[in-house]
Amino acid sequence: MADDAKAAETGGTNIHPMDQFVVEPLFGDGALHWYTISNATLWFGMAILATTGLLVLAQSGRSLVPTRGQSVAEMIYGFVYKMVEDIVGKDGLAYFPYILAIFMFTLTANVIGLLPMSFTTTSHLAVTGTLAFGLFFIITLIGFMKNGLGYFKLLWVSSAPAILRPILFLIELISYFVRPVSHSIRLMGNMMAGHAVIKVFAGFAGAMGVGAVFPIIGIMAVYGLEMLVTVIQAYVFTILTCVYLKDALHPGH
Amino acid sequence: MEGDIEVMGKLIGAGLACTGMGGAAVGVGHVVGNFLAGALRNPAAAPGQTATMFIGIAFSEALGIFSFLVALLLMFAL
Repeated sequence: MADDAKAAETGGTNIHPMDQFVVEPLFGDGALHWYTISNATLWFGMAILATTGLLVLAQSGRSLVPTRGQSVAEMIYGFVYKMVEDIVGKDGLAYFPYILAIFMFTLTANVIGLLPMSFTTTSHLAVTGTLAFGLFFIITLIGFMKNGLGYFKLLWVSSAPAILRPILFLIELISYFVRPVSHSIRLMGNMMAGHAVIKVFAGFAGAMGVGAVFPIIGIMAVYGLEMLVTVIQAYVFTILTCVYLKDALHPGH
Repeated sequence: MEGDIEVMGKLIGAGLACTGMGGAAVGVGHVVGNFLAGALRNPAAAPGQTATMFIGIAFSEALGIFSFLVALLLMFAL
């Protein structure tokens, strides 16, 4: 109601594409604390339930001829397993469970966020940033534990002319520290931009009366594109994790 | 016609920042176009390189997302 009054005062259309990203308490409207059950908590729980349901419950039958749920879970497992094996190599399979967890979490959180009236947890930098910086610290730690100081070979381009090497070292150092930033912002930006576009089209539909058919067709098209983008971004997030892990296990150019 | 000149500057800046996303669009199109050109010449080798294509898309797309983020920061954060 307050929004309608504000829109009437300023004379603008009633479009608030960013309102869907507000974190608010699920029960009542008090202040937010770390223990408050908010809409973010609810949809995190949904993502975890969906992952568990798909990977644990659907697999519990372990039948020789898989059911529908079991064959989906097996396909996802095989897909991620092959990705880790192809990109990181055989010795990267030790980290396969963590990468499968990352993939399943980003996939379910992205796809569940597409439900109408839901809340996209991965559209917040706090969520993707925690994932990406956690991965960054773990992977840097793995790199130094496996290679010792030899990990600096990743930044020291030995195939370049000797004069250029210190300059390239600086550039590689900067690009190494930008990795978690771009890793997190890519996922967050894609999720936020797509959902905001859908909301903007919905705002047009509300303002156009009978002509609302055209924005609704537009929403359907953008929604189809978003289905593709959510899955591709989960895939890209995982594949970049694999690439960074490969650099940690086998540094050098 | 009234308003804050600071808000005007922010909104114009946000609009200008969004032009950077066009560069990312060109970059992604270049990556996929070249992948397709190579894949049509040698279709047998194409499936093994799709992962590389997605990594290339991700890297060139990141810069467009950065400019989108600058626009968002100008409009909501600063």
